[in-house]
Amino acid sequence: MSTAQTRVAMPRPWSAETQRPARNKVLRGIIKHAVLICFLLIMLYPLLWMVGASFRPGNQTFAGLGIFSDTYTAQNYADGWSVGNLNFSRYFVNSAIITVGAILGNLVACSLTAYAFARLEFRFKGVLFGLVIATMLLPQHVTLIPKYIIFNQMGWVNTYLPLVVPHWFAVDAFFVFLMVQFIRTLPKSLDESARIDGCGHWGIFWRIVLPMSLPAIGTTAMFTFVAAWNDLLGPLLYLPRSDLWTVSLGLNSFLDQTGQSTYGTLFAMATLSLAPIVGFFIASQRLLVEGIATTGLK
Amino acid sequence: MTITTVPEPVLAPSTTPRRRGGGRRGQGWAAFFFLIPWGAGIVLLTVGPMLYSLYLSFTSYDLLSAPEWVGLANYELMLADPRFWKSVRVTLVYVVVFVPLLQVVSMLVALLLNSRLRFLTGYRALFYLPSLMGASVAVAALWRQVFGAEGLVNAVLGVFGVEGVGSWVGDPNRALGTIIGLNLWAFGSTMIIYLAGLRQVPRELLEAAEVDGASRLRRFFSVTLPLMTPLAFFNVLMGTINAFQSFTGAYVVSGGTGGPVDSTLFYTLYLYERGFTQLQMGYASAMAWILLVVLAVVTGLFFRSSRYWVHYGDES
Repeated sequence: MSTAQTRVAMPRPWSAETQRPARNKVLRGIIKHAVLICFLLIMLYPLLWMVGASFRPGNQTFAGLGIFSDTYTAQNYADGWSVGNLNFSRYFVNSAIITVGAILGNLVACSLTAYAFARLEFRFKGVLFGLVIATMLLPQHVTLIPKYIIFNQMGWVNTYLPLVVPHWFAVDAFFVFLMVQFIRTLPKSLDESARIDGCGHWGIFWRIVLPMSLPAIGTTAMFTFVAAWNDLLGPLLYLPRSDLWTVSLGLNSFLDQTGQSTYGTLFAMATLSLAPIVGFFIASQRLLVEGIATTGLK
Repeated sequence: MTITTVPEPVLAPSTTPRRRGGGRRGQGWAAFFFLIPWGAGIVLLTVGPMLYSLYLSFTSYDLLSAPEWVGLANYELMLADPRFWKSVRVTLVYVVVFVPLLQVVSMLVALLLNSRLRFLTGYRALFYLPSLMGASVAVAALWRQVFGAEGLVNAVLGVFGVEGVGSWVGDPNRALGTIIGLNLWAFGSTMIIYLAGLRQVPRELLEAAEVDGASRLRRFFSVTLPLMTPLAFFNVLMGTINAFQSFTGAYVVSGGTGGPVDSTLFYTLYLYERGFTQLQMGYASAMAWILLVVLAVVTGLFFRSSRYWVHYGDES
């Protein structure tokens, strides 16, 4: 009832959009879509072409510019799975272990830290939070060499530990920052009522703040996943033994020994290495967009 | 890494007014326990190693024998090292070209997407996706093929009758360009921040400007752009810091060498080579500290400059 009235009562006569002929608007829409689709096609074409080429027989990898072909084969995938001295099934397991370890560490350590900064009052809070920001801006190369020396002396080279353990100490300050920003937007009244019901800080953190922070947690998990999965420098330093290699390292070494004839196999493994990223992205897209929308702008 | 959240550039958390009575008691202790992992990390994995690397930068150390104090020798060597200066130049060119280009492309696509568009979610997702892959070995490997002598780009050029272009990644004049392109390809995360910002621009402001007869372009430069400056501040700052540390793309595309003829010898690549191929930990640490100092100065100047060009919403 009142909606109809308001709609009548609040027209927007000054909007030029409504004055222009409708045809013009339709045309503009079509042009916009055309531009966007062209741009997307150019951007994504190399990827699609790679996926297409990975399903072609080895001698036709570079057969054409098209994505589709007459003959499809999964031979490249079978070949790539264990080619020469490389062993991709092993690399996928290694990457998965490291990635899961890194994600869990980041979620636990960063959310604990973020709760303290977002909800608790303590001395030197401003200074310490300044430290969080400072580490966020710190180039990782400053600690690269000493960390290597220390981990080396601890006998951690050729173990997953250097790639996992630091995440359990909230070294990725960016995620702390992200979660602090998010938790601050949550209403404090819930904390209060939980306190009255007898919850301590741990209870408030675990029962109230954490469940409500799901978008921020999802975003953190997603970014940690992508960073850990793609990481090359870390594995390059800490995992020289080939049975510990990650997918990134395996691909990189494959690339070094690839001639034109084995490109199909390389493309197959490259496609497989990107598949988890796409899968994760599709699964968490909703959560991500929410996380961006709420955390992004106060 | 890709970054997708936009903070307001606040430096300290807003401290809530102290409440009298219950609640505050014991918060210090609770905070202490919640901060144990982070605090240990700061001391053991950040500040400690930083100081250690500062010490190492004054030594000669090859991991095998004990570090030997050499004073400023590493820094003097560095100043006289043509490859060091080459890596500085490559990195600076990269940062100066890449970061502004990234902002322009991101903003243009965000503007295109910022309307009542059909399939908006789909477009947004597809533009965003490459930013998750830009730092992967798989895409860098693909890049090496696409911009190779017989790669996809030259094949497409051949269709248009352009022949004999040669390898892009193998040409010292063009190799850096391909790496800029590779990282630009991942503009989605920056774009999505601008898009989120554009959605927050109050309609009334734009409409008021329209009533006053401002053209579309004028409305963008006088209304939208000033409101975007806090986001631009964040994007440029993080973009610059990440660009200085860019590694994987250059490493994979150049096969770990920074070639051809050192044309893609990024600072971090040279640091890696000195430290972990030639085992000159002292020299590499000195390089790391120079990077830190330069970044600190750049960041400081950037924060200083912000008061002249970053607008916050409270002026209206």
